[in-house]
Amino acid sequence: MAYDKFNILNSTAVPLSIENVDTDQIIPARFLKATERVGFGDNLFRDWRYNNDDTPKTDFVLNNDTFSGKILVGGKNFGSGSSREHAAWAIYDYGFRCVVSSFFADIFRNNCLNVGVLPVQVSPEFLEQIFSAIEANPQTSLTVDLPNQKITLDAKGDNESFEINPYKKENMINGFDDIDYLLNIKEDIRTFSKNTPL
Amino acid sequence: MKKTLFDKVWDKHVVQQIDQGPDVLFIDRHMVHEVTSPVAFLGLKNRNIKVMYPDRTFATADHNTPTINQHLPVQDPLSAKQLDALEKNANEHGISYWGLGHEKNGIVHVVGPEYGITVPGATIVCGDSHTSTHGAFGAIAFGIGTSEVEMVLSTQCILQPKPKKMRITIDGVLQKGVTPKDVALFIISKLTTSGATGYFVEYAGDVFKNMTMEGRMTVCNLSIEMGARGGMIAPDEKTFHYIKDREFTPKGAAWDKAMDYWQELYSDDGAKFDKELFFEGNEIEPMITFGTNPGMGIGISKDIPTAEAIGGGAATYQKSLNYMGYNEGESMIGKEIDFVFIGSCTNGRIEDFRAFTEIVKGQKKADNVTAWLVPGSHKVEKAIKDEGLLDILEESGFELREPGCSACLAMNDDKVPKGKYAVSTSNRNFEGRQGPGSRTLLASPIMAAAAAITGKVTDPRTLIN
Repeated sequence: MAYDKFNILNSTAVPLSIENVDTDQIIPARFLKATERVGFGDNLFRDWRYNNDDTPKTDFVLNNDTFSGKILVGGKNFGSGSSREHAAWAIYDYGFRCVVSSFFADIFRNNCLNVGVLPVQVSPEFLEQIFSAIEANPQTSLTVDLPNQKITLDAKGDNESFEINPYKKENMINGFDDIDYLLNIKEDIRTFSKNTPL
Repeated sequence: MKKTLFDKVWDKHVVQQIDQGPDVLFIDRHMVHEVTSPVAFLGLKNRNIKVMYPDRTFATADHNTPTINQHLPVQDPLSAKQLDALEKNANEHGISYWGLGHEKNGIVHVVGPEYGITVPGATIVCGDSHTSTHGAFGAIAFGIGTSEVEMVLSTQCILQPKPKKMRITIDGVLQKGVTPKDVALFIISKLTTSGATGYFVEYAGDVFKNMTMEGRMTVCNLSIEMGARGGMIAPDEKTFHYIKDREFTPKGAAWDKAMDYWQELYSDDGAKFDKELFFEGNEIEPMITFGTNPGMGIGISKDIPTAEAIGGGAATYQKSLNYMGYNEGESMIGKEIDFVFIGSCTNGRIEDFRAFTEIVKGQKKADNVTAWLVPGSHKVEKAIKDEGLLDILEESGFELREPGCSACLAMNDDKVPKGKYAVSTSNRNFEGRQGPGSRTLLASPIMAAAAAITGKVTDPRTLIN
């Protein structure tokens, strides 16, 4: 599915300063039963966000009106565990367009890139700086500049550059997806398949 | 040029290298299940395209299937709808579908090797992170997201940057009571859950050479739990013997041709790895986890470490111990437990049930324990019965359920209640993984057996004659 184009995002951010956030927390398995990609945002961080009786847990950051925005900032090793793309869908569907962390799990990173959520990996020091800035002032805004691969804390202009594969970058900026690319080389694939050993 | 096992297989499957981009990788075998495929099939429908190679695609139902009364209609309407969608999609695209009740039905990573879908030197993907299991045969096998499932269905290819390579060598001999599961949990405890992120791992050394194919599957299965996309072991005579004459393995001249390729599948002497790690087999103890990720494991004789000893985020560590109801410095031995689960793509094979049965034979299940024994497939279920294990298990007070992923991720009714402890042979101890509020202790089948009969965490070595 082609997705929104991503160029420059300027937004406040939601801080989730927990490490090793696994995809079972992002969306628990019991919410993976849909046959269409709709409504996953409602169950984003379900068990951290709601009590058993579905009342909101007031101490969880998504239930705190002080924090909002299109950027989710997470602790180290974000998105580990299950390959469920539903985790990236839930993040997107909730309204986030970018996740910032000092380290991402591989499959989750790919899934984000494939659904139009930009994973931005920063240094542990810059991540701490972002968390501190948001804690001091929840209105702290960040600018994520994909063409220039730069993330900036707007108030003082502190910034860091981030890595992204040039091919994936082009895709995100233009809203292309990998399937478009692959369908265009289908004949090459067919030829290749005739000579595979298995 | 000297090549690693991984390079040899990867390079053979590159259709195209995108300048400064990922490789276009051809996929030999694609396994599909009900949870991560419906949106991908919907994508094909929206683009009005068909599955490119249905004969390279295999579908089974496992994640949300019930493990009792499988002959009856599935009660949960959402699960039933997902299963129905997979069946319809498989039929529409001409894909073999091993649904509920089919004799070949079972967990995708158990049935793949059972029927010879899994072969050395292949590229294998599935919308499930434990696809790494198939690396036990010297295949490049890894989990993918649903967008990638759609790519493979529609073009039999995936766009992937080539990962870095790591080799983990363990020489020496394993001690009594130490199983492949313990070897894997030991490695993950050393590397943490992100220690191999960005890498594809090759396991080498005596310990893996001497392991059975099922043991190798358990180890490769857990590669993802240290962040690796996959793990692999060079195929050997044991591998070829295991796969020969299975339904989907090559036959006759095709076998000979494949063997020419397979026999070259090993890392050349002097091949370069981005990272190499070495451990001694006799250092490894029976392992158990105490926290909320698979890296939080210890040898059964050790105490729960302090946050300082672990390093990293103390707040996250404390949150994890609070969730489990444990404290730093405590021993795991003697901890009360409520549930025992043996099964999953990690430890749901016949050797796992043999090992479990060996420990519980002549003993009785503890009254405080609810035990779920879930075979990985109908083939495993049949072997449990044919080998007489079921009689022994029943005498000890255990029942056998029907195959599926079951309490590993609790998508069906097999849920551990809030606050309860489960000793589980599965792969993840994340918060709520086995049911909202559940607490999981990952361990081997024999550790699970020891817990099942004593009603608490017990060093299985005390029960081995």
